[in-house]
Formats: sequence, C-alpha cells, structure tokens
Amino acid sequence: MLSKVSKDWAGAGFVTTIGLAILIFVPILFDLFEVLQMTQYVVLSLFALSLAYIWGYGGILSFGQAGFFGLGGYTYAVAAINMGQTTVPFLMAIGLCALFAAALGYFMFYGRLNDVYLGVVTLVVTLILWKLINHTAGPEYSIGEARLGGFNGIPSIPIMTLPWQPDMEMEPGQMFQYFMAILIGVYVLLHVLIKSKFGRVAISIRENEVRTGLLGYDVRLYKLGIFTIGGAIGGAAGAMWATYQTFIDPNSFSLEVSAKCLIWVMAGGVGTLFGPIVGVIGLQYLSLKLGETDLINNLIILGTILMFLVLLLPKGIFPSFQDLMQWLWRRVGGSGGERTP
Amino acid sequence: MTRDISRRSMLKGTAAVGAASALPMMPFAAEAADEIIVGGLHDLSGFLDFAGIPMNQIMLMAIEEINAGGGLLGKKVVGQVYDPQTNMSMYSQYATQLALKDKASVVMGGITSASRETIRPILHRYKTLYFYNTLYEGGVCDRNEITLGTTPAQTVEKLVPYTMGLWGKKVYTIAADYNYGQITAAWVKRYVEQNGGEVVSTDFFPLDVTNFGPTISKIQSAKPDMVMSVLVGTGHLGFYNQWAAAGMKNEIPIASTTFGAGGAEIEIIKPEVANGIISCYGYYPSVDTPENKEWVAKVNKRYPDKTPLLTELSEFTWEGMMIWADAVRTAGSLDRMKLIEVMESGKVYTMPSGQCSIDPITHHAIRDVYIADLQDKKFVIKEKFSQVQPADTQLVCDLKKNPNANKHYEISLE
Amino acid sequence: MDYSLVVAIELLRAVAGLVLIATGLAIIFGMMRVINIAHGEFMMLGGYTVVLTTKLGVNIWVAILVLAPLAVGLFGIIVERCIIQHLYGRIIDSLLATWGLSLFLIGFVTVVFGNTLEGVSTPFGGFAIGQYKIAIYSLFLILAAAAFIASVFFALKYTKSGLIARATMQNPDMVESLGVNSKIVYMTTFGIGAAFSGLAGGLLAPISGVVPGMGVNFIGQAFITVVTGGAAVVAGTLSASSVLGSISQAVTFAAGPVYGDATLLFVALILLRLLPRGITGRIFTRSI
Repeated sequence: MLSKVSKDWAGAGFVTTIGLAILIFVPILFDLFEVLQMTQYVVLSLFALSLAYIWGYGGILSFGQAGFFGLGGYTYAVAAINMGQTTVPFLMAIGLCALFAAALGYFMFYGRLNDVYLGVVTLVVTLILWKLINHTAGPEYSIGEARLGGFNGIPSIPIMTLPWQPDMEMEPGQMFQYFMAILIGVYVLLHVLIKSKFGRVAISIRENEVRTGLLGYDVRLYKLGIFTIGGAIGGAAGAMWATYQTFIDPNSFSLEVSAKCLIWVMAGGVGTLFGPIVGVIGLQYLSLKLGETDLINNLIILGTILMFLVLLLPKGIFPSFQDLMQWLWRRVGGSGGERTP
Repeated sequence: MTRDISRRSMLKGTAAVGAASALPMMPFAAEAADEIIVGGLHDLSGFLDFAGIPMNQIMLMAIEEINAGGGLLGKKVVGQVYDPQTNMSMYSQYATQLALKDKASVVMGGITSASRETIRPILHRYKTLYFYNTLYEGGVCDRNEITLGTTPAQTVEKLVPYTMGLWGKKVYTIAADYNYGQITAAWVKRYVEQNGGEVVSTDFFPLDVTNFGPTISKIQSAKPDMVMSVLVGTGHLGFYNQWAAAGMKNEIPIASTTFGAGGAEIEIIKPEVANGIISCYGYYPSVDTPENKEWVAKVNKRYPDKTPLLTELSEFTWEGMMIWADAVRTAGSLDRMKLIEVMESGKVYTMPSGQCSIDPITHHAIRDVYIADLQDKKFVIKEKFSQVQPADTQLVCDLKKNPNANKHYEISLE
Repeated sequence: MDYSLVVAIELLRAVAGLVLIATGLAIIFGMMRVINIAHGEFMMLGGYTVVLTTKLGVNIWVAILVLAPLAVGLFGIIVERCIIQHLYGRIIDSLLATWGLSLFLIGFVTVVFGNTLEGVSTPFGGFAIGQYKIAIYSLFLILAAAAFIASVFFALKYTKSGLIARATMQNPDMVESLGVNSKIVYMTTFGIGAAFSGLAGGLLAPISGVVPGMGVNFIGQAFITVVTGGAAVVAGTLSASSVLGSISQAVTFAAGPVYGDATLLFVALILLRLLPRGITGRIFTRSI
C-alpha cells in the first residue's frame, strides 16, 4: 500500500513526466511557429504560477503581480544591453524582483495590511511603476547604454544564450526547452515547498491567520517569505518574456496584465498549481482565435465567457474538471472501486 | 481520506494528458499557389478601434479593386486580417503568424509607435515587406519598411509658422506624456524658436488624465497668443470641452498636431467646441483634386453605411496597397528585394492625397501636406505645401549607406 | 488674491470629482462587499444615456438628473438579479464576474452605438474672477458632489429604509427574522449604487469625451478612493476624496499633472500603510 505522501507525489510526478515529454518532443514534432506559440504559453504559465502560489497557498491576493513581471523584464533588458551577456542579467532580474518583493512585503505585512486593502496597495505600486516608466521617453532616461524608451519600451533585447556561453544564442527550439525546464523545475520546487513545514504553515495562515499567529508563528515573516518567492518567480517570467519578445514596454506593468494573471489563476482554479497553467493556455488561445474572426466584437465574447465561467464553474476550470472526473469515476467504478496507479 | 487524495492525484494526471493533447494543433494553412496574401494588422477592438477599423476597411476595398482589375501576376489577392485588440503581445503573435504560417507577401498595419516597434523587427527578421501608414514622431530606419505616415518635419514644421503668422508669437504647448507627445513637443519648441517666437510653457499629461482645470487656469495666467495641442486619446478629449466651458473658446485659438488625425475627434466633439482648430496633415477628405473627389465617391459607394472615416491613416493605407500593387506589376514578381528597388526608384505616384514618392534614403514618403481649419466638421484647406521631405528622419537614417539598418532612432533635439 | 480663489475652487472641484466617481462604488462595496469592476462602465452608460437622449431632443437637465440614474439604476437591478446575487460573500468571484461584465459592456456599446458618437457641450459658460475664467459647470459639479454626500448620509441615517439597509448589511439573518426580505434590500442597494454611478457619468459627460472606453479612465481612481476611505460609505468617501483630491490637485498646480497624478498614488499608499483598514477603519469608525 503506497503511503499517503507518495500518492500525493504521484500526481505531481505524473504532471512532471508529461512536462518532460513535452520538453523533449515538441521541438521535434512541431514547426517553428507553433514552437514559438508554446514558448509564450510556458512563460505566461510561469507568471501565473507566481500568483497561484502566493494566492492559493499563502492567501495573498496581489492585484499587482505585473509589477514584478515588468520589473524583471526591464532589469533583464537593461542589464543584457549593457553587459553583453545574458546569464547574469537573468539572475539579476530574479534577484532584483525578490528584493523589491521583500521591501514591498515588509511595507505591507508589517503594517498589517490585509485582503482587499493589500490588493489595492499592490495595485497602486504597480500603477506608480507604470506611470514612472511611461514618462521616461527622452534620451536622458537611460541606464548605461540602454534607453528606457518610455511608452515605446526597449527594443532589440539580446536573445538569451545558453548559461555562461555568451556566444551561443538560443534558437527557438532550445529556448522552448530551456524555459520548459525552468517551468518544470519551479513547479516541482513549489510542490516541495508546499509540502514542507514552511508550506504547511503558509496554508494554515491562508486558512486562519489569527489562529496561526496565536500558535506562535510569526505570520508576517512567513507572508514576507511567500511574497518574496512569488516576486522572484514573477521576475523570472518577466525576464523570459523580455527575451522571448526581444522587446519590453510599460504595458508589462499595466493593470491589464495584472488582471489577466488574476483571471488565469481564477479561471484555472485557485488552490492548484496546474489549474492556472490550464487557464493561461485556454484563455490565450481563445484570444488568439478570436482575433482571427470578425463576427462579433471580441470584448463581447471574452466578457460573456468570463461571466459564465464565474457563474457556472465557480471553482475554476481545473478543479471543476477534477470534480467531473470524480463524478464519472464514481459512476464507472462504483464507490468501492479504487485503483492506485 | 487516503482514497480521496490518491484519486485526486490520479485525476491530476489524467487532466494533464487531456490538456497536453488539447494543446493547439494549428490547422495547415491552405496554401493555394494561385493566391497572394496581404496581411492586415489593425486594431478592430479595444480603444484604438476607431482608427483601425477604417484602415482595415480601406485595405479590403483596395484588395477588391486590385482583383477587379485582374489581380496581380494572374493571381488573386487575398486579405488575411487579424485583430490585435490593442494588445502588444497579440501584435507580436499575429505578425509572426503572418510571416511564418500565412506567408504573407506584404503586411499593412500598426497604429501606435509601440505596436509598430513590436512588429517591425519581427517582419524584418522573417523578411516580410511591411508598410507603416500612421503619422508618428519620425526616426525609423529599416529597409524592409515603407513608412507612409507623416513625421513632424513634414507637418509640424509647416503648422507652426502658419499659425504663428496668424495669431502671434507666444505659444503654450500641452502634450500627452509619452514618446510621441514629448518628441513632437520638442519639435514644436524648435520650430517656434526658429520662427522668432517663444514657448511659454510645455505641460505634459499622462494618458488617463481627465481633469484639465488647473492647466486652463495656468494658460489664462500666461496669456499666450495660441495653444498648441499635442493631446492624444479619449481621456484628453475632455480638454476641449472644459476649455469651451470656461469660456476660453473665443479668447485663445488652438492649433493641434493630433486633433482630427484619427477622425473620431471631430465627430465626438461638437462643432461649437472644435471649430477653429487648425491642423496640418498629409490628407484631408476635402482635398480639391479630381483624384480625391473620385476616391471619396468610391469609398462612399462601397461603404454606404459604416462609412470609414477618411483621414491620413485610412488614405495612406490605400496608398500603401496601390504602391505595392504597382511595384508588383512593374517588377513582374513578388520578390521582396525587387519590389523595394522599384519603390526606391523615385517614381512619383498620383494619389488622392496628391503627389507622393518614396525617398530611397529613408523609405519615408515625400508628399504634399495641407493646412486646414476645422469648421462644422469639415476641414477647410488653407494652404498646400508640395513634396515635403521627411527631413527629421533624413538626419539620422541613410539606407543607401546602411542597407541593413534595423532601428528606430529617437531623434534628439539637443 | 484672484489666483488663490481659482486654486481653491479647483481644489474643491478635484475633491468633488472624486466624490462623484467614488460614491456609487462606495455604496456597493461598502455595504455589500462586492467589488464592481464594471463601475466605470456604469458611468459610461450614464454618459451615453445623456448623449443619446439629448440627441432625441430631451432637455439636458432631465437627461442628466433623471434619465441617466434611472436607466443605469434599472440596469443595475437586472445585473444584480442575474449575476451578483449568486456571488455574495465571494468577493473575488465578484471581481472576475464584473470584469467580464465590463468587457462585455464596452464591446456591446461599441457595436450598437459605435465609437464616434457626438457628445454634448457643457451648459452655462465661464465666469470671471479677475483675469481668470472658470467654468460655471465646475461650481455645479461641486454642488452636485455635496448633494451626493448629503443625500446618502440623510438616507442612511434618518430614513427607515436606510436603517433597514444598514441592518441587512450587518446581520441579514436577524433582519430576515424581523420580517424584511433581504434579497429585496440587496437588489435595491445595488440598484441605487448603480444609479449613482450612472448619474456621475451623466454629470461628467459634458466635460469628457463620451466613448465606450471612457470608464477605464475612472475605475482606477474610484477604486483607490473607496478602499482608502474604508468601510464607512459617507465618511470614508468624503475623507478619502478630500485628502487625495486636494493634495494631488495642489501638486498639479505647483508641478504639473504628471507629478499630481503620481502624488495621488503615493498619498494613497501612505494612508493605507498607516491606516490598514482605510481611513474609517481607524478614524470615525462608528460613522456611516
């Protein structure tokens, strides 16, 4: 009889195996355009994971996850343009975002900010960043050789090279595999974190903060840690986005991007790690296909779908899918039938 | 309890398989060998749709006319239209799709500089010819792009001395706080000073500002001879209403480098507020030539309702299509380099906007520009300037020397 | 001296602006804990009602003061019945659903009415203070904002319906057992909140560009004002609008709109840090 713990891991292991299969076979089976498409989904999935973690497993609802996304992207862009290599800039992007998250987290959690008020603070911070960057259009706004470019953003961002090999720019297939590896790695790491003591305290904070505090845990410190991890992941995704598009603009800080992240996580299923990935792929693909047709205004369709999603699938796509599977399973196998893989 | 957890993990796995197999399987592009694909990347929804929809309508009308004349090289021209929904990553995806999957021969599109700079490098990398037909701040240097949009050296340079001559030498500039606004405001300052005037103040407004009360008071206090408006977007439309509400309409006149460019403003803002605003563009529907009269009639006939707004943006899209089609016929081929060489040859085209040709050094248009006064939703043309050179871009870009250039220079006015 | 008067009026005007755009949202959020992201679009609908009915010949004051709130209030009730009533207590789900509603409304209005609808011009004209001229309409907006606050305060504090509404928000079960149908209370409250939003949109229509996307410019400020204000509807909105509006407008006069805008955000940030439950979470806690 497999122990409870290993059954938990079975699911994660299954997903990871699928992920590795995708990593290995996609560049072989699909053509350039499709590989580029899927790279986008991988990067955005990582971004969604950052919010999925801090919200689903830490109870921190951030309306400003785009702040880390944009900051990571800009940091990578500025550093890569100035340094001529890409490995250190990538690490810098992650590091800077972690620091920024820690500072912002300190500001918020040690001020006892909570739920919607915290959300608004994250929103305001991201708005400030957006306005600041939008203002930087003139030539006087440069860091080293990189002009911040204001509304138009920073173009011609160096393509990421293989780690520590400044001459070997990644080809699209390699970039896909590299990013997919990062996504799988982060997914596994988050699973480990969630199952660890740190993760369990985090979930307990999400469930009942006061009680957890009364049990002797420093709630603020744990939240700070969770938020910092989320910020670092968001920053990594931002840097990956910058190099994928070879272009970054203030739009990455925008309310729209934060909102999309929230929608992906919500639609996919808060409280799971895999659900938001489904949310990303589903909604991005939908937007893409909508833009190819001219029948009805796209906003009408998107808006209607969102409303239906909330009313009919309140838990999100993935948990609802899980529920459906459970229901079918019970019909098929009866309440006694239970096969462990 | 144990059972539930294992079931959940099993389900997670099943779902993973399901999701993986549902990953987008792109249908094969039906590549008909007897079709030429023209890509259209204009915002058909989102806040720039008032600009994108007319551009798209005119592009499709141009394709119809080309096909009515027998197509190109014996083949039918087909438009592949995508709606980027005013979203940069959509622009980037669709541009890549047009280049790699649809194998378009030419792409028309991009409205803001941000959207252009998203797709231009992509189309350059995948060697797909690109036409940018919107007015902007100048500076693009890319042999793969034909830029028909006007630049400040073509419009602002004429607008400033004309309005100064009419109204006086003290100018107060109000501008949108982003690249286009800041650069244009800098050009305004240079031209004002070149003409012996003075810019009393330049105020910048973030794109979502809607309350202009303090600025109106400041303008009143500064007592300029005219206000130069470089405001952009729907949030800024409130300025004109608030200006009139404060009774300033007949006190200080307004010139603008943006009002009316997209066409929507003149519909949304009532005539008693908008009358008297003077602007300078490369095209107005009231241009008095037989070619234009015929073209306007053609547009109205083709689109009797939902008639597209006729502005620089939509008319230049027509020009782009016609110039491209002419190049294809002249070169007898779809080969990108051959088409570029034909267009660089200095040929002068007669278009509804007047005469225009492509400057081989910058791939920008040398064209006629007009100054017009807005009266009751109609532009009354006051003056015409022929064959104005894109002098600002010529300062930074020389495609003869650097045919592989691939950059948007921000022209510094230090 | 003249200039100081102008500045004072403009400061009041900025505060009034925030009061107008925030009140509708404050009613819905403060009383029902529903985050209505479509608030900007309710304002937009109010603006469109004014523009469309004046085109048909209706007097502009009737359009702004009667038709706009009526139309949007009714629409709000429909929205509440169809969507919101399923989402009470689910604060995040209400966010997502109203986001969908907001997108839908923008698309719908674009398709049905187009995005080049001619607007309305501002009633009254300017009046002079020394060498300056201010729109009389600005004074009208200040009065309107005062009326907003006064009416909500009066209704909540001194009328029976107001009492019932407040009681329902605090303890719906108790109120039900006292014979009140809480569903009707929720529905009416949402409708009234929507009506205020519509009225605000109508009032602002003459001085903005009425386009389908106009709500987007207002939602950010409205949301920040409401949350900074805290749970109390009247005191919260009034205090937050006063602080944020006057400080940011003062900075705008001194240094330009770019800094003024940024200042509003910074002040909100500092306020929330110092008063993590909004202004009325710490000060004026017992007020309405």
